[in-house]
Amino acid sequence: MKLSQVKKGQVVKIARIPNEQVRSQAIRFGIGEGSIVICEEIIPAGPVILRKNRQEIAVGRGLAEEITIQAVS
Amino acid sequence: MAHCHELGLKIDIPENGRKIVLAGNPNVGKSVFFNALTGLYVDVSNYPGTTLEISHGRYGKDAVIDTPGVYGISSFNDEERIARDVILAADVVVNVVDAVHLERDLFLTQQIIDTGVPVVMALNMVDEAARQGMEIDVKLLSELLGIPVVPTIAVQKEGLEELKKAIDRAKPGNISPELQSRLTRMATRVASQGEALLILEGDPVVAERHGLKPGPHREEIYLARRERVNYIVSKVIREISQGATFSTRLGRWMLRPVTGVPILAVTLYLMYKIIGVFVAGGVVGFTEETLMQGYYEPAIRGLVTKFMAEDSTLGQILIGEFGLLTMTVTYVLGLLLPLVVGFYLILSTLEDSGYLPRIAALVDRVLTAVGLNGRAVIPMILGFGCVTLATIVTRLLGSERERRIAIFLLALAIPCSAQLGVIAGMLAGLGAPYIALYVLVIFTVLVIVGTLLNYVLPGKSSDLLIDLPPLRLPRINNVLKKTGTKSFQFLQEATPIFALGALLISTLQVTGILEILQNLLAPLTVGWLNLPKESATAFIMGIVRRDFGAAGLTELSLDPMQTLVALITITLFVPCIAAMLVLFKERGKQEAPFIWIGSWIVAFLVGGTVAQLAKTYPNHAVTAVALSFTVLTVLTVLVIKNLKTRLALKANMAKEG
Ligand SMILES: Nc1nc2c(ncn2[C@@H]2O[C@H](COP(=O)(O)OP(=O)(O)OP(=O)(O)O)[C@@H](O)[C@H]2O)c(=O)[nH]1
Ligand SMILES: [Mg+2]
Repeated sequence: MKLSQVKKGQVVKIARIPNEQVRSQAIRFGIGEGSIVICEEIIPAGPVILRKNRQEIAVGRGLAEEITIQAVS
Repeated sequence: MAHCHELGLKIDIPENGRKIVLAGNPNVGKSVFFNALTGLYVDVSNYPGTTLEISHGRYGKDAVIDTPGVYGISSFNDEERIARDVILAADVVVNVVDAVHLERDLFLTQQIIDTGVPVVMALNMVDEAARQGMEIDVKLLSELLGIPVVPTIAVQKEGLEELKKAIDRAKPGNISPELQSRLTRMATRVASQGEALLILEGDPVVAERHGLKPGPHREEIYLARRERVNYIVSKVIREISQGATFSTRLGRWMLRPVTGVPILAVTLYLMYKIIGVFVAGGVVGFTEETLMQGYYEPAIRGLVTKFMAEDSTLGQILIGEFGLLTMTVTYVLGLLLPLVVGFYLILSTLEDSGYLPRIAALVDRVLTAVGLNGRAVIPMILGFGCVTLATIVTRLLGSERERRIAIFLLALAIPCSAQLGVIAGMLAGLGAPYIALYVLVIFTVLVIVGTLLNYVLPGKSSDLLIDLPPLRLPRINNVLKKTGTKSFQFLQEATPIFALGALLISTLQVTGILEILQNLLAPLTVGWLNLPKESATAFIMGIVRRDFGAAGLTELSLDPMQTLVALITITLFVPCIAAMLVLFKERGKQEAPFIWIGSWIVAFLVGGTVAQLAKTYPNHAVTAVALSFTVLTVLTVLVIKNLKTRLALKANMAKEG
């Protein structure tokens, strides 16, 4: 499943980030491959808002379409 | 990178003084510490990416350097490259860390420690951490990292004294164990541990400096570091409670379109009410008419006429229609200063609240249509303060392509505070349909030009990836200080340029050239824009500064449609001289003149179209203009979309065939 298909409130595991630079940046943010995050909000046709602990991160739609996730709950 | 090395030389450090570098993630309070240590003022706001340039000052005999916030050091973008070189050259790093986001921030901390430089940590925002029910074991954190850790609340100066003392105790921390052997091997080839680390992590710039190939192990090293950091975090943090506070809920509402769009609309409406109606109407009415034209101008005229006749050449230049001592002073102090102060009060409040990154997420979708992402909304909004400043802020955008689009749109269609204040004041007198029409026309121009640029420029823009800071109540102190600093800068920057402009216009008038120019430009102003020929003066003034030009329009007697045409044209008109200087610096000799000439063309094209439409349909002028611009925008967007799909198809076919 892609991150762009996530539902609000869903807890997911980031499985694959293809873009190398984004992948490195995600590790720095703490949402790299393998991390568990919760989808806090979805702006219709716009960014997905992820939360890990107290960190909220907005991920643009185009990027979300590239990131693969696995549902956890 | 010559720039950064020069920078290292430029800061003169007294003998046995140290280079203390403030480093940390974006929006953690570095600049607050910088201000507290050095007694200077650099901008402090609640969004990631406030500081984009290095500032330095003195603390005792040491030099203190403020850096742009970064999530790690490497060569991913300009800020990182700048921060990297400053950190590598540091004697002591004061790592400012946001206690609430320890998990995110410690990645950089560990990376800095791995460079081998002496570090001390300011564990900042412990007030917010406590409020959110987090408990952090400071002693254990310090032990695990191997560096002194001082809990602080920067904005209340709490822990500042302890931090100052701890700077002397800064020491190299515990390097990630799995890195040690690699670093030792590298040390035979590269003397500095920091540079060795970055080469191992595949930093192309640093590797090239040493004539080496960047290492292929960045991800491995990053993952190991992330694991170590997560381990440390799990040991030192204890959560007591995690209830959603009001500010978290409000933050959510700002993001959700159903509530977010109305909140944004109300915010903008309030801004308009405060600036356009209260300041531009009430306050300026008092300062410009009562104070300046009522008391100041007669007084100065009286004084000057003691020495010379008012209609002598010098008299005209000093106290005539465009007089240096009359018009310049009245415009700058009576008209523009109150508007600028009002604007910065609002902007600083917005910046401090943490609302801007949320607007960025909310409007991301819209901006991707013009080849930008949501982050671009920050320079755009700041552009309403000062386009010159906003041009520099575009550095926080992800790619050269986005900067190019954003800067062109800024230079073209975003009026700066002084100008917008004048415009808002004039529009307020015209009534709602004209206000709506003005906004519509400027907006459609932004969309059309943005869409075209996005189509023409090669490459692909980056996607939004931004962290949302917590909402905070703006601190009055900071808002006032920032407003004061910015308004003072405005006076400093605008006054000489204004005086120059006034001098130029007076000279033109005294010599009779102004009249000739007005007649020369008449086909354009009278024929095409349908304005009186005196309006040429305002446009000539507008070349100097757009706000100056807008102010010049207030002197003309125009009907509502003419006012609208004049305002639209002056809004889209060329960027002011100060902005042009920055444009040359940031964009170079080829692009800057292009932007300047482009603005001329677009301004007169759009202004004239509106005027001609209004002339053709005198009874339904507003509707005709609104309809035409809407249709034109929709058409442009559709055609471009169609072209793009076709191009993509062709590319696919070429691949297959
Ligand atoms: N509650 C609280 N707020 C703080 C504290 N320290 C800083 N702030 C606020 O945090 C925000 C960011 O402060 P800055 O000094 O601009 O942060 P910076 O690290 O320089 O940020 P960049 O320049 O974007 O990298 C501002 O709104 C400050 O008022 C603190 O200890 N407690
Ligand atoms: Mg800063």
